[in-house]
Amino acid sequence: MTLTLNHYLLVSGLLFAIGFAGVMLRRNIIIIFMCLELMLNAANLSLVAFSRFNLTLQPNLGPNPLPNYNGQVLVFFIITVAAAEVAVGLAIIVALFRARQSTHVEDINSLKF
Amino acid sequence: MDARFPWFILLAPLAAAAIIQLITRRSRSLSATLSVASVCFSLLASLFVFFGPDGTSEVPWLDFRPAFYVPMGVTIDGLSKLMLLVVTGIGALVHIYSLVYMEEDESQPRFFGNLSLFMFSMLGIVLANNFAMMFIFWELVGLSSYLLIGHWFTREAAAAAANKAFLTNRIGDFGFMLGILMVWTATGTVVFSEMEARLPTLSLTAGFLTMAVLLIFCGAVGKSAQVPLHVWLPDAMEGPTPVSALIHAATMVAAGVYMLARVSFLVELSATAQTVIAWIGILTAVLAALMATQQDDIKRVLAYSTLSQLGYMIMAIGVSAPGAAMFHLFTHAFFKALLFLGAGAIIHALHHEQDIWKMGGLSGKMKWTFLSFTAGTLALIGCPFFSGFFSKDVILLAAYHRSFFLFALGLFTALLTAFYMTRLFVVVFFGRSRSDEAEHGHDGPPAMTIPLQILAVFSVIAGYGFIANTALGAELTHQVHAIHEAGRATLVMTLATFAFVVGTAGGWLLYKGQAKDPVLIPLFRNKFYFDELYEALIAGTQDLLATISRFLDQWLIDGLLVRGLSGAAWATGFALRFLQFGNLQGYAFLFGLGVVTMIYFIVFR
Repeated sequence: MTLTLNHYLLVSGLLFAIGFAGVMLRRNIIIIFMCLELMLNAANLSLVAFSRFNLTLQPNLGPNPLPNYNGQVLVFFIITVAAAEVAVGLAIIVALFRARQSTHVEDINSLKF
Repeated sequence: MDARFPWFILLAPLAAAAIIQLITRRSRSLSATLSVASVCFSLLASLFVFFGPDGTSEVPWLDFRPAFYVPMGVTIDGLSKLMLLVVTGIGALVHIYSLVYMEEDESQPRFFGNLSLFMFSMLGIVLANNFAMMFIFWELVGLSSYLLIGHWFTREAAAAAANKAFLTNRIGDFGFMLGILMVWTATGTVVFSEMEARLPTLSLTAGFLTMAVLLIFCGAVGKSAQVPLHVWLPDAMEGPTPVSALIHAATMVAAGVYMLARVSFLVELSATAQTVIAWIGILTAVLAALMATQQDDIKRVLAYSTLSQLGYMIMAIGVSAPGAAMFHLFTHAFFKALLFLGAGAIIHALHHEQDIWKMGGLSGKMKWTFLSFTAGTLALIGCPFFSGFFSKDVILLAAYHRSFFLFALGLFTALLTAFYMTRLFVVVFFGRSRSDEAEHGHDGPPAMTIPLQILAVFSVIAGYGFIANTALGAELTHQVHAIHEAGRATLVMTLATFAFVVGTAGGWLLYKGQAKDPVLIPLFRNKFYFDELYEALIAGTQDLLATISRFLDQWLIDGLLVRGLSGAAWATGFALRFLQFGNLQGYAFLFGLGVVTMIYFIVFR
């Protein structure tokens, strides 16, 4: 059995669904945050997969062309930005905990009518 | 004599007013001296001009020829010469009298400054050779009258009277301005002489002329206090008595008559307007005389009497007898100024007591005042051989030639005049003294009595030919003679004398020895309820307007526009608030839903 693009996409979709379900259903804000990361990485996985299986050759790279790696480069960027995002997100969560003594989303509902 | 000389008559009081207001207002004696000096100079210059030739001196002011041209000009002719003498002559006497009367007043410099301002304005009306200039000075006398009525502005009644006089005059002046603009449009000039020359060459409709004359007459109705704008004059008696004598008896209120005489060439063109003018005049004369019979304030009796006499003059204008009107204006100026100054002397001696029922028995105590007041009264009520007799007679004769009803009402007014003046005279000077102040009445110092004596002499002799013919000048004298020669002079004179005898006898018999008024007619006492009527009318109109504008403001502007806009914004915000339900995961779900929707629209549509 050979792994095809669909297998990767299936795993990626599964990861995204798990992450989305976590965001929707879990009450602990740290877990929600981790699930958000899961969704992010599901997207990364599909990007890498698409890149790997994209066999369109670069037309002007000479006699021994390589596949298009743009998607994989993009993933590095996403990982870098995600690291920064995690730092900010965790900082917000810590500040929130200090203010509310809680990490549960039910307790964080003052932004409403 | 240089034709520019009359400018000095005009500018001397202005200079005095300016210097007093700007420099010497802290010094009482200096201000008073300056004011008196300026008016004496004007008097001497006027005498000089009077015996000089006629002429005009004009300087361009608004020169936008050929579009329009308004000059500033002084004109010297029979009419203005007469008025110059009256205004500066009475003015000088009143100034001198004021030296005593206003001696104890704190703001004497302000008084004299305003008096000089008035002299300037009044002389401007007299000398003006065009309508625009006359209108400017017309407003200036209104201003100075306002300032002088309100001289004691800390008294609420005086401040209110000043406002009333100014506002009532403004109503008349608005009509006056419209009239001037109409004639200006039609003839293309404001200068009287050019206007007179051009009018016959234009073919103006009768309706236009009637409208124009009546609008110009509006100015006279306001300034000369004719019905229905007469209400301000009695209240104007709140001002100092010299002011009442000068402005509200002798000169300013006669400005309306003078103005109509000045434009009589225009008035003559509309018979309808003449009829209206004559009837308004006689209506004022009768109503004011009736009101005067029941007043208790000495100055108010005289004020209503002034109204009544002004009514005579206006009627004379209306029956095409400006000569007769000016003759009566001339004699009236003397005896009415005299009566006011005499009343002022009494008020001064009695420590500002003005109620005639608190006077009495003053004939022996105030000998000079009594004698001169007698002369003034006899002149006013038309006692034969006194000045008022001659001038009133000419007016009645002119009215007789025009309409019997005008004449009959005029005669009735003459009778009433004799009645109410006898009442005033008897109650003030005879009988017992009815208050402590009246017990200790005494003549004033010479500066007070000498003007009275001079005026008394003129009140007696001003009607005789040797004075009147000189003062009136050839043209006006000719007009007066023409009225006499038209016939029935003896009949009218007899009837006028009869009216005088009946009125005087009635007043004498009814009021001799009375301590309080034996007659009580509320209608006359309350001035035919004119003030109440106006108050109700004005209050009603104002209330209605206020209600409407309040409704508009409250519901349309505030309600719909201001509160409506803010309310709409608020309501939208309120509705949108419900979308904020505070559940983090709910937001995330909606967010996801939004993304899915977008993908659906981008990919599958």
